[in-house]
Amino acid sequence: MKFRAKMIDVGCLNHFTRVVNTIAKLTKSCVLRLTADNLYFVLSGKVASGGVSMWCELLQVNFFDEYQLEGVSAEANEICLEVSPENLSRALKTAQNAKSVKVKLTKKHCPCLTLAAELPSLSSISRAVTHDIPVDVIPRRLWHDFKEPSMPDFDVSIYLPPLKTIKNVVDRMKNLSHYLVMEANLNGEMNLKIETDLVSVTTHFKDLGNPPWGDDASQSRDPEEMAYARVDIRKLQQFLIGQQVNPSKAMCNIVHKKILHLILLHEDVSLQYFIPAVA
Amino acid sequence: MDCVATGGNVKALAKAIHSLSKIGEELYLEPQDNGLALRSVNSSRSAFACFLLSPLFFQRYRTDPDHSFRCKIPIKSVQAVFKSISSLERSVEKCHIQMNSEKNRLTVALHCKHGLLKTHNLSYQDSESLQAVFDKESCANVLRAQPRLLVDAVLHFPLSQEEVTVSVKSDRVWLRNRVEDDADPSRAMMTELCLSAEEFDHFSIGAETSITFCLKELRGLLVFAESSGLPISVFFSQPGSPVVLNVSDSVLEVNFVLATLSEGLSASWTKATKNSSAKTTPPPDDFMSDDMDSYLIAMETSELPGPSVDPQPCTINHRMQLGSESEEEEEEQIDRPPNKKFCSVFFGSVLHNSQLTNQTVQRQQVLASDSEDEQ
Repeated sequence: MKFRAKMIDVGCLNHFTRVVNTIAKLTKSCVLRLTADNLYFVLSGKVASGGVSMWCELLQVNFFDEYQLEGVSAEANEICLEVSPENLSRALKTAQNAKSVKVKLTKKHCPCLTLAAELPSLSSISRAVTHDIPVDVIPRRLWHDFKEPSMPDFDVSIYLPPLKTIKNVVDRMKNLSHYLVMEANLNGEMNLKIETDLVSVTTHFKDLGNPPWGDDASQSRDPEEMAYARVDIRKLQQFLIGQQVNPSKAMCNIVHKKILHLILLHEDVSLQYFIPAVA
Repeated sequence: MDCVATGGNVKALAKAIHSLSKIGEELYLEPQDNGLALRSVNSSRSAFACFLLSPLFFQRYRTDPDHSFRCKIPIKSVQAVFKSISSLERSVEKCHIQMNSEKNRLTVALHCKHGLLKTHNLSYQDSESLQAVFDKESCANVLRAQPRLLVDAVLHFPLSQEEVTVSVKSDRVWLRNRVEDDADPSRAMMTELCLSAEEFDHFSIGAETSITFCLKELRGLLVFAESSGLPISVFFSQPGSPVVLNVSDSVLEVNFVLATLSEGLSASWTKATKNSSAKTTPPPDDFMSDDMDSYLIAMETSELPGPSVDPQPCTINHRMQLGSESEEEEEEQIDRPPNKKFCSVFFGSVLHNSQLTNQTVQRQQVLASDSEDEQ
C-alpha cells in the first residue's frame, strides 16, 4: 500500500485547499478514498454524524503533477483512510505559497498522511515544513460503506439561487426555529419556511429552473405541486457556511418528506450532501 | 513621575502594553532613572517580560528623585486606554502619563486631533519591584532574526498550540509542536519546520540542543517586534534553562524570559547543577521533587507580606539591591550571598534573603540556570 502525490501549481494548490476547507467545515472526520484516477471525501450517513452524508469527488489529474498509488491489491487498487479534514486544511493553509507540496502515506508513530511543503525563504535554501497527519487505514471489509451513493428517486429537482442569498435567509431563520422546511415544485419555485407557535416565515424564490434529468416519473407530476423536506436548520447552515468552492451549478433534489439532496458542480469537483428529513 | 510620549512612540507604547497583556494579568510600572520599566509575569511564573523605555523615548521624562514609586495595575484597565491601535495611530498626537499623588491615581491623558483630550485615571496598588534574574550574555546559543521570519515560522502552528520545541544544529534550526503528555499521540498532528541558518541575521550555536517553551509569550513579543520592525535575538543554553528573547534599539530594550521544559528532569538538572556544585552546595532533594514545578521558573514578587514602604532594615536591604538591579537587568548579582537556593531563584532579587528561604524554597524548583556558574 503506497501513495504519494505532488502538487507544483499554485492555482491547483489553492483550489485543492478550498475544497478541503469546505469539507473541514462540514465534518470533523471523514474518509479519504484514493483510487488511480480520483480522490473522494466521503461521509456515510451514520447516526453519529446526524444521518448526514457527503460525497465529494475530485479528478486527481486536475490537481496533481505526480500521482502514484499502489492499492491494497491489484484488483482492489484503492486506499481508504479516515482523516480529520481540519488537520488537512490546517496543513494546507501553511503551505499556501509553497513551491511544491508533496503528500505521502507514511508510517511514523502511527499511519500518517505526510504533507511536505517547500516554502520560499529569504536565503537560497528553502524552508521545509512537514505535517504528519494521523490517519486510520480502513480495512477492505468496511469499504462497502464508502461507495458512491445512488441518486435518490426524487420528486422535485431544482436549481438553487445563489448560495450566499440562501445563507443570509437561513442564518436569520435559525434564530427563530430549529427546523426549516424546504419545498419546491417543477415550476421553478422554491420556498424556505419556518413555522413556530409564534411566527411563520416564508421566503419565496421563483424562476429558478428545473434541471433536465431526462425521462422521469416527475414528468407526469403537477408542476405546481410542492415536494418538501423538513430538516435540522443547523445542518443546512453548516453546508452553506462551508461553501468556498464557487459552484458552476448548484441544485437540490427533494424526496418528499424523506431527504434533501444538495449537489454542487464545479468543472472538476462535485460535492453531494444529503440531509435527512425529520418529522 | 511625569512623562510624555508623542507620535509613533504612542503606538510603540500601546504595542508594548498589548504585548505585555499576553503575559500576565498585571502591569508592573516603575519609573527608573534609566527609563520607564513596564513589566509583567504570568500566573504560573514561567514567563516574565520587561520593556524598558529610555528617557529619550519620551519627549519629556521626569521622575521624582526623592520619592521612588512603583505600582501594579490590572493590565486590562491599561489595555482599555490603548485599545484600538489603529484609531490611536490616526488620532492621538501625544500621550501624557502622570502620577497624581493627591488622588492616588495614575493619569493617562491622550491628546487627540481637533483638541480632543481623553483622560483616564487608573487606580493602582503599591508593589515591590518585579525583576527577573537572568544572564543572557553567557548563553551558548544566540540567534538573531528579523521579526518577519519568526512570524512566518509561528504561523505554521495553530493558535491552540501551547508549546513549541526548538532544536538547533550548527547550520539549521527546527521548530516542532509539542504534544501534551496526556494527549493521544496517534491523534495529534505533528508539524515540523526547518529553517536554514542563512535566514538569520546572526546564528551562533555553541551547544546543539533542543528546548521547549510556550508559544503564547513569543507571539506576544512578535506583536511588538513586528510593528517596530526590530530584529529579535534569542539566547538559550539547554533544556531547563530559560530562553531570553531580546529586542533593542537606541531608546528601548525589551526582554522576555521564558521557562523551558526540562526533559527528564533529574538528568538535565543534575547536568545543569554539576558545574556549579564546586562553588556552591548541591541542591537538597526536595529541589527536584515535584515534576510540575520543573516547568516553572521559580520567582518571587510582591506576593510576600511586607509593604514596600516598610521602614525596616529589610526594606533598606531591598532598596539597595534594587538599585544595583535596575541599572542592568542581566547584571550579576554581586551583593548576593553564595547560597545556591537564593542565587538560582529566578526572580528573587528584590527580596530579603531570610524571607526567601522561609517562604519559597520548599516548593519551587528552579530551572533558571544559576547565573553565577556560567561565568
